[in-house]
Order: sequence, then C-alpha cells, then structure tokens
Amino acid sequence: MNAIPLEYYVIVAAVLFFIGTVGFLIRRNLLVLLMSIEVMLNAVNLTLVAFNRMHSGNHTGQIFTFFIIAIAAAEAAVGLAIVLAFFRLRNTVRSDDADLLRN
Amino acid sequence: MNTMEFVFFGICSLIALLGAIATVASKNPIRGAMGLLSTIIGIAGLYLTLSAEFLATIQLLVYAGAVVILFLFVIMLLGPSALSKREARGPWARFIGAGVLFVSCVGLGALFLRGQPGATTQFAKVPAKFGTIESLGHELFTTGLIPFELSGALLLVAVVGAVAVARGKQIDPTLLSAAAEAKGKEAQS
Repeated sequence: MNAIPLEYYVIVAAVLFFIGTVGFLIRRNLLVLLMSIEVMLNAVNLTLVAFNRMHSGNHTGQIFTFFIIAIAAAEAAVGLAIVLAFFRLRNTVRSDDADLLRN
Repeated sequence: MNTMEFVFFGICSLIALLGAIATVASKNPIRGAMGLLSTIIGIAGLYLTLSAEFLATIQLLVYAGAVVILFLFVIMLLGPSALSKREARGPWARFIGAGVLFVSCVGLGALFLRGQPGATTQFAKVPAKFGTIESLGHELFTTGLIPFELSGALLLVAVVGAVAVARGKQIDPTLLSAAAEAKGKEAQS
C-alpha cells in the first residue's frame, strides 16, 4: 500500500476543501452550512493522515485527526441544537433571517 | 497490484468529490446529507489506502453512524421547512463565492507550476503496526493523555449544552410548585 504519491491525496483534499468553502459562502440554508463545515473538516483530516503516512515514525497526525473527529461531532451536536432553537424562534432555517441583533 | 491500488484510490476520491458537490449543490438537505455520507465513506476508503485502519473505522462509526444520522434527525424534525424557499443569495454573495473559487484555483495552479513536472513524493515502506489500534492507543494514552481527557470533558459539556439549547422554553419548576400551593390555598379558603 505505498504506490500512490502523497501529492494525489493533497490535491484531493484541497479540492474537497474548496468545495466546502464555496458551499459555505454561497448557500444560505443553515443545515447545508453545517454540512459544508463537515466537508472542510474531512479534507483537513485527509491531509493530516496523508502527511502522517509520510512521516510514519509516530502517530501525531492520526491523533490530531482523532481529536478533530471528536470535536466535529461535538460541533455538529451543538450547531444542530442552535439551528433547532433558531427554528423555534423564527420558523425558518435561512441564515439571512438570523438578524435579531440588527438594529 | 499497483493498478488495483490506483483504481481503488480513484474510486474513493471520486465518491468523496461527487458527494461533496452533492452536499453543497443539492436543494434538498436530505440529498445533501446523503452526499455527506458518500464523502465520508470515500474518505474512509482513502484512510485505508494510507494504512490508517483504526481511523477509517472511527470515521465510519462517528461520522456515518452519528453525525449524518443527527443531521437526518434534525432535517426530519424540521420537516418541509428545512427547505428554505428563496435559496439563491444576492449577487454580492455569489461574487464572493466566485472570487474565493478563482483565488483558490489560481493558488492551486501556481503550486502546480512551481513543482517540477512529474516529480512526486513516494511513501516509504509502512512500518509494522502503523495505524493499528494498539499503537495508536499507546500513543494516545502516553503523549496525548491530557488532550484525550480534555476532549472527554468537552464532549460532556457539548452534550449538556446541546440538550440545554435544543430544549427550548420550559416552565420553571419552582414557579409550578408555587402556583400549585396558591391553588391549594384557594381551594381551602
């Protein structure tokens, strides 16, 4: 399992991250925004694991990925709870309607 | 062997990229969640080619088994209103999105041009026990012990916070008992 060069993984991760970023910027559905964040986190995880495979003397990258997965799960739970509370308040999930503090 | 590996890599990255595009582009959030699921499965396959078997398992368990299901629960809880009606943003937001895409494409192209053509970094031979539960757990409980415990505390706080935020309005129990007492006094008098 060492035929594929490192650069291929980095390119795939970069493209995934771009897709997530653009989705985060152009969509206005709060649920889709959270999913775009998950895509970006997955791209970062892929680079960490690929570079850890490059320096395979320790497992630092994989441990980072482990913690990022734990934090992403917590982030998804809290974010979705906030979406639910916002939906109760305004009866919508559009991010543009989250303007209670505007004047 | 080599071609098989490349085919597996290609299939997994294709699944991941198509899933990411579906996540971002689909109108229906349920389709988006399915796209996220396929991204996660593709990335778990890529972890397998990087000989990170434990992380591939964790990825499937935590992301596909918990996070995507949580998304689906919330989408179904919201019902049809999870589809926001006027989806298209104003022109300035599209402009920002297009600008970010352009800048990142230019950066990627510049990186490609800077590197020597055809020069790639091959991985060294994988050490024994790399990426197994045993070795990763050993490192997690020696060098990464404090972050590990802290992440446990973080998850507990996140659970309590999520419940507290999502619970919504509720009647204060002290007020409830006071009201019951007042009612009892009224009934007595």
